[in-house]
Amino acid sequence: MKTNRKALAALSIFAAGSLALTACGGGSGDSGSSSSSQGGTDSSAAATSAIITTNGTEPQNPLIPTNTTEVGGGKIIDLVFAGLVAFDAKGEPQLDAAESIEPNADNTVWTIKLKAGQKFSDGSAVTSDSFIDAWNYGANIANAQGSSSFFENIKGYSADAKKPVEKLSGLKKVSDTEFTVDLSQPETNFKLRLGYSAFVPLPKAAYGSDGKITKAFGEAPIGNGPYKLASDTAWTHNEGIKLVKSDSYDGIRKAQNGGITITFYTSQDSAYAAVQSKNGTLDILDQVPPASFATYESDFADSNVNQPAAIFQSFTIPQYLDHFKSDTEEGQLRRQAISLSIDRATITDKIFSNTRTPAKDFTSPVLSGWDTWGKNLAGNEVLNFDVTKAKELWAQADAISKYDGDFTIAYNSDGGHKEWVDAVTGMISQNLGIKAEGKAYPAFKGLLDDEKNNKMTGAFRSGWQADYPAIDNFLTPLYSKTGGSNYGRYDSAAFAEGMKAAAAAKTPELAQAEYDKVQQTLLKDLPAIPLWYSNVQSVWDPALKNVQIGWNSVPLYYAITK
Amino acid sequence: MLWYIGRRLLQLIPVFFGATLLIYLMVFAMPGDPIAALFGDRQPSPEIIAQLRAQYNLDKPVIVQYLIWIGGLFRGDFGTTYSGQPVSAVMAQAFPITARLAVLALLFEGVAGIAIGLVAGLRKGKIFDNTALVVSLLLISVPTFVTGFVLQYLFGIKWGIISTTVSGAAPWGELIVPAIVLASVSFANILRLTRASVAENMGADFVRTATAKGLKRGRVIRVHILRNSLIPVVTYLGTDLGALMVGAIVTEGIFNIHGVGGTVYQAVIKGEGPTVVAFVAVMVIIFMLANLLVDLLYAVLDPRIRYAK
Repeated sequence: MKTNRKALAALSIFAAGSLALTACGGGSGDSGSSSSSQGGTDSSAAATSAIITTNGTEPQNPLIPTNTTEVGGGKIIDLVFAGLVAFDAKGEPQLDAAESIEPNADNTVWTIKLKAGQKFSDGSAVTSDSFIDAWNYGANIANAQGSSSFFENIKGYSADAKKPVEKLSGLKKVSDTEFTVDLSQPETNFKLRLGYSAFVPLPKAAYGSDGKITKAFGEAPIGNGPYKLASDTAWTHNEGIKLVKSDSYDGIRKAQNGGITITFYTSQDSAYAAVQSKNGTLDILDQVPPASFATYESDFADSNVNQPAAIFQSFTIPQYLDHFKSDTEEGQLRRQAISLSIDRATITDKIFSNTRTPAKDFTSPVLSGWDTWGKNLAGNEVLNFDVTKAKELWAQADAISKYDGDFTIAYNSDGGHKEWVDAVTGMISQNLGIKAEGKAYPAFKGLLDDEKNNKMTGAFRSGWQADYPAIDNFLTPLYSKTGGSNYGRYDSAAFAEGMKAAAAAKTPELAQAEYDKVQQTLLKDLPAIPLWYSNVQSVWDPALKNVQIGWNSVPLYYAITK
Repeated sequence: MLWYIGRRLLQLIPVFFGATLLIYLMVFAMPGDPIAALFGDRQPSPEIIAQLRAQYNLDKPVIVQYLIWIGGLFRGDFGTTYSGQPVSAVMAQAFPITARLAVLALLFEGVAGIAIGLVAGLRKGKIFDNTALVVSLLLISVPTFVTGFVLQYLFGIKWGIISTTVSGAAPWGELIVPAIVLASVSFANILRLTRASVAENMGADFVRTATAKGLKRGRVIRVHILRNSLIPVVTYLGTDLGALMVGAIVTEGIFNIHGVGGTVYQAVIKGEGPTVVAFVAVMVIIFMLANLLVDLLYAVLDPRIRYAK
């Protein structure tokens, strides 16, 4: 027994020594694998302390929620802040900071109650004022916040730069955990809108002595979300940002990992190379680059996803083009003929390797219940491929008034649109026997300028990525008369009335019935020709667990473990 | 000699102002409103765009914008990007990385290109020469992104010898393979240039004289053949520096290097005048200094060349 023990002791010393030696060797040679093997042996601690690495893009602006309108900054804002509502993987709204959100009978007054005891990561309390002050700041035109128009339906909002409003009259504090919102127009989907990142609360520390959000806050924001910045200098511009778990958050999105490190890659291709090395450099890539569409499913056999995103793509034929006015019989016939002459399935298969899904309506399959209302709308036959019918309708239109123009689809050549534009115009040209071709603008801003000034001489590519998963978010900006992105200048009374009726509807079912009618109007008028929905293709290191991609194509980072 | 250098340095001043003004005008002439384009498909109200345009002086005539920028320059202010970062900070980040990459690439193409070219030239028509010619032809005809992807896949993903992508700080070690990729075409050109020049000089009178004089072969090659063959090569290296500065966009994209090329490209696409002009101004100066250095090297290589005034 004794000798045995001695032998054991000697053995263990020897073992310890050799371990130390290998540790040294490992340290200099391959630190990546040694750290991952540590993770393997001590999984209970590693599960909650592991840092997940992912890709992103440099935020265009300082990290102020109401001034962040693009995905690069939005991804970070969503992790650092918690709004009243958060969306689960299916796009269903779940209460996050809110205890309850209740409308009155006609959806014009919303009462919001907050969960008690919530804190920002600096320890200050989350109160009604945290929301009211942040929203007032975002809505105030004098602060030139990019998301200002998201507040336009709240009473007191002013878009006039000469008459800035500091306090929206529609925001009323009831207590520290309750406030009400008065809307100018009824809005059924206001609860969904509250899930957008512009509606998060801000702590007192955000504002400087002049009442403006400070530069320092934009560099290192303090939020109430599942993560916080690792330090005041965690954001290294153009390189990446380091987020760590925030212990002050105790909501439905509680972090199951130790933190998220977001690296801004110079190209999606380099990010794809990094995620392929599967050594922790990049654990999850939220969008596979086009060059790897053909191979990602074999490179990541058990750790990839290809699912619809909240992105709708189309091309718009402006109303000011002769022969194409939606409110004339000739215009409707021509628009329908063009839509029928496009073989969407072939293009999504051959050009996009099935990373797009042919469109069935004007929204996106990520919306909740889309399978029941969006897929089988009456009148969506116009989105099928039917050459005979297309020719017939075009001939009917020609009988009304002869068309001998050159049909063009304008696109920006810095965005990878050439291939599909050439395919679509090729089909139109072949199937209708007219001249049709793409028209390239070197950069997006040049195209946008001509769109805004009604200078387009043909159709142009268009599309929409939703801010929050609601039908009206897809329809209002693009097709309502005052919509911010209605560059086709579509103006339809039937559309306007339908949207109004839906917004004031008593129940979600009644609202849906109205939205269906609105979409049927759109299918008849075709202000834009729907093409397809984008899918999102994500890949990740097979060592990750619980990977789910949200409705907005961003992984639900808080749930991921490794 | 000093006169000459002084005069050349003075020439930098008008070129600097001319180049920056020209570039400012060109960025300005690009169609479209850069501020509106920042927001993509989701446009804010015109009032907000107007406010932002005023903030970046885009509402003023182009010449006023240029003078504001030049004025700031004298106070050490290069302007700000549309994301609110000082351009000087962006430059301080990108230029050191690109400089490291360019130095490594120049070293590789200079040393390897000249050495192999010299041997090939000395053994003209032999197997080594023919192999070098075929390999260099191959390198010239294969686009950089192919070389880049292949090396990245083999060394980074398949064998795991190098890190697939370069980390933010871009240390020297991680830049070696990208530098080889970046330099591959120039390497082939230098190899061919050196080879042709050496082969030509082999038959020159001064080489025959030197050999007849009984000089050792090593000295003949070093002092008489190589030195005289380097003039076109040095000229090429000088101009190549410019290409390495901006032409690295493809390589930067593949290996995730946050260098000058990609930054300038993005700024041009966004219409971010101050960034483009500041970067290009610095590049113009580097380019001119490199050319001056090349001209001075001529005098070192060929004693017949003198810069009197």
